[in-house]
Amino acid sequence: MKVVLTSSGQTLADPIDMHFGRAKVFILADTETGRAVAHDNAQNLHAAQGAGIQSAETVARLGAEAVVTGSVGPKAYKALQAAGIKIALVEAVCPGTEALRRFKDNELPVLDQPNGESHWV
Amino acid sequence: MSAAPSIAIASGKGGTGKTTVAIHLAATLLFHRRSVQYLDCDVEEPNGHLFLKPKIDAVESVGIPVPVVDAARCIACGKCAGVCEFNAIAMLKKPLVFPELCHGCGACALVCPVGAIRETPRAVGVAETGRAGCIAFAQGRLNVGEPMAPPLIRAVKARRDPEAVALYDSPPGTSCSVVATVRGADFVVLVTEPTPFGLHDLDLAVATLRPMGRPLGVVVNRADEDRRVQDYCQAENLPVLAELPDDRRVAETYARGELLFDRLPDWRGRFEDLWARIEERL
Repeated sequence: MKVVLTSSGQTLADPIDMHFGRAKVFILADTETGRAVAHDNAQNLHAAQGAGIQSAETVARLGAEAVVTGSVGPKAYKALQAAGIKIALVEAVCPGTEALRRFKDNELPVLDQPNGESHWV
Repeated sequence: MSAAPSIAIASGKGGTGKTTVAIHLAATLLFHRRSVQYLDCDVEEPNGHLFLKPKIDAVESVGIPVPVVDAARCIACGKCAGVCEFNAIAMLKKPLVFPELCHGCGACALVCPVGAIRETPRAVGVAETGRAGCIAFAQGRLNVGEPMAPPLIRAVKARRDPEAVALYDSPPGTSCSVVATVRGADFVVLVTEPTPFGLHDLDLAVATLRPMGRPLGVVVNRADEDRRVQDYCQAENLPVLAELPDDRRVAETYARGELLFDRLPDWRGRFEDLWARIEERL
């Protein structure tokens, strides 16, 4: 299964970025092979509006079935739902490796409603 | 005869006295038997009505066109999402529209190769017109939580009476709303105060408005011994149209929602002078 982790750095050793829409980096990880590839999210990080929506589009384009992050705003949530992408939450910052292990062990709660604030609009 | 002039009353900093200047200019023009219209373009928080107490004759809903995707026709090519500058369409399995982010430009409908997008109006607020005695009145009221002010500001300005001197009461700051208000005005009055914030935000407003090519003038409200705003204006070659002294009675009258001229007749001359300075620049 392909999963995207929002990260503050380029590798799974780096801490999770708790924000979805304006996450610094998306790490696409394969839960079977363990292979992880970093995708820069700078463009959305600096978007004037709609960062969460565009980030959801990016995650969908990467072919992920799930995303592991800290918080997801209302529009990003709607977009991820429309794409059929599951949202798993970490409650505090931790290294990507730990978040991925807990995701694989089904230890992370699945989000069934937005838990982040809408920004600007 | 060409249309009567339009004057925008703007500021950088909020709370410097835009509405005070605008409504008293309106009253001054009446003394000159000029036909005058006050248009409150601060659609997020219009306040001119508190002083002018107009009778509203017409209330019209103002909307912007937002896309609706016909799922049966859509081929999921993603061109609509790609062309949107405002991230209002996400291309997932099919296009997902976020109407609150849409600026109503219509690009998505233009690029759709199969005509699957039609546009329907989404209400952003109301435009109201009426009269406050001899002063023609118009204002916009943006829906609460609605970010898209410029289309409503344009709708308010579209209600302008070309025979009357138009006074556009602008929102503060340097945002799109200010640009929408000032665009097309024959003259811009920038109201500021002699404080570091007043000067700083005046500088931002001047930098924003200068490229628009409208003549500018400055009113220093609550003027005191601090001359930094006047020094700035001299350095920037901006005319200081008036210095309105700091006067507690003005604040008291304003707080009661009354016009100054009724209680403080000595203030009438200050606005006569201000109007003369504006008129000689039109």
